[in-house]
Amino acid sequence: MAEVEVRNVTLRFGALKALDDVSLVFPDGQFFGLLGPSGSGKTTLLRAIAGFIFPDSGSVLIGGAPVEHVPVEKREIGMMFQSYALFPNMSVADNIAFGLTVRRVAGAEIRRRVGEVLDLVQLGGLGDRRPHQLSGGQRQRVALARAIVTRPRVLLLDEPLSALDKALRVDMQVELKRIQREIGITTLFVTHDQEEALTLSDRIGILRDGRLVQEGTPRDMYHHPGDRFTASFLGETNFIEGRAETDGLHLADGTLLPWPDGKRPAGETLTLAVRPEAIVLSSAEPDRSDDRAVLSGTLQQAVFSGATAICRVDVMGATLKVLVKNHELADLAAGQTVWLSWPAARSMVLREA
Amino acid sequence: MSPRRTWPIAAGRVYVGVILFFLYAPIMVMALMSFNASEFYAFPLHFTLDWYRKLAGNAPIISSAWRSVWIAIVTTAIATTLGTAASLALFRYDFPGKRVLQVMLFPPIAIPWLIIGTAMLIFFFWVGIGRGTPAVILGHVALALPYVIVVVSARLQTFDIQLEEAARSLGASSWQVTRAVTLPWIASGVVAGALFAFAVSFDQFVVSYFLAQPGDATLPVVIYTAIRKGFTPEINAISTIIIVISMAVMLAASRHFKFGGER
Repeated sequence: MAEVEVRNVTLRFGALKALDDVSLVFPDGQFFGLLGPSGSGKTTLLRAIAGFIFPDSGSVLIGGAPVEHVPVEKREIGMMFQSYALFPNMSVADNIAFGLTVRRVAGAEIRRRVGEVLDLVQLGGLGDRRPHQLSGGQRQRVALARAIVTRPRVLLLDEPLSALDKALRVDMQVELKRIQREIGITTLFVTHDQEEALTLSDRIGILRDGRLVQEGTPRDMYHHPGDRFTASFLGETNFIEGRAETDGLHLADGTLLPWPDGKRPAGETLTLAVRPEAIVLSSAEPDRSDDRAVLSGTLQQAVFSGATAICRVDVMGATLKVLVKNHELADLAAGQTVWLSWPAARSMVLREA
Repeated sequence: MSPRRTWPIAAGRVYVGVILFFLYAPIMVMALMSFNASEFYAFPLHFTLDWYRKLAGNAPIISSAWRSVWIAIVTTAIATTLGTAASLALFRYDFPGKRVLQVMLFPPIAIPWLIIGTAMLIFFFWVGIGRGTPAVILGHVALALPYVIVVVSARLQTFDIQLEEAARSLGASSWQVTRAVTLPWIASGVVAGALFAFAVSFDQFVVSYFLAQPGDATLPVVIYTAIRKGFTPEINAISTIIIVISMAVMLAASRHFKFGGER
């Protein structure tokens, strides 16, 4: 196993800068989610680490050794593809054995390791099947088994779960995490599904237009996004703009929202973000205090979705979303005045206005 | 089903019947006449194997037939190998002039063989290759190559490039990837391309006529020369043998490979 690092990696496709001075450390044994919209460069970064493409400048290190000039077949990586890319002309066992066969591992040793890894992915007994005889979830397990049987230094996953339906995907997330923990392999995972990234990752990096926007643990990223992009890309967020003063953010109607940590951040106009689930909704005015943000507005709509409901509240012309538990809906009606409040600590101050 | 809906189906059946008739009737007539005792296609048919016996003694036809077969085999081997390699290169890599090269594959298929044959004859004399079997093989390979590339490239269009990437990520060298992953997938295309190459060479009259030396003509040239001197049913006999062999080969190949088909 090994730590992976990219240093100042820039990669151009013609005039387009697919990666723009990206530096990032993928810690040994951790599950790292690379997240971003399409065209953000996340897949390009994965392919540059794999060795399918080579950076124009900067370096790629696996286990501390620079590999940016090493072709993919010499990098000792394991990769899982979006389409799984199982060899249709080979049985499941032969697919998994492929990486060992090209390394000229002895036949008995190959059989032992293929059997071992088939058990690990819970496909024991299916070695003689052909890929087209398997379900989507089983193919995914074969692709994973094939990628890890060679004991690579790093496992690269390119949107491996996107072809599965929702229920199966959740099962496979748990499964993927279990296997990754069991073998302790450094894993890089590309996805555009933010929920998946939050669920699976030990750390997350967000890319946009070829640049690294922010990197950290899922909780840290969720609770302390640096800018609007990260805040809105990871989960639902409400944005509130205002004038920055020492005591807090002053809104147009004079409402004061206290700073989360008591100190005034730099800047004239600033944006506060608050998650829908942090807000408490009430029909009566809540008690005010220095460490609570309070706003009033008009309830536009409550959308019931089982255990929870999303309320849309008009506050000075802007719509804020509030997540409430279903029983809290009982005494609320559309059109009535409601109060929104949340602990000041749950306000998130963003970099840009 | 209403009567109005049935007449297009009936018309379709007649159409298919007419096509099959015009394709196979001349061949059937030729095959029948190779067993007819009358030299002048007279009916009723009197069964005989005389023409086959005479054919067995006809040294020029037999030797030219074998020459045609081995020239076609050599042509097929060279054209299929080069064509498959070229298709893989066109599929895998982007390089300057790639589009131009791909477009330039098609004119040789469209240009009449008579013109290509004349051009080759002039060119081969000019560069000093002259006439003879090497010139014939060179010409046949040049004619067959575009067919192989077009057929193999069409098959490659259905190939998922991620399969090659997966194999490389597992540590396979370029040759290991090609042999274990790519070639098995395009095998049906390669076989189809090889059959085309064989057919182009074995059927080839014009280029062979121009490039072969009088002493070592291929079968189509010998048949043509024989017909000009006066037709004998021996020609029917050798033609029938060739048709039976080619149909057997095609049927065997189509059982093992789904031409143009997709799993």
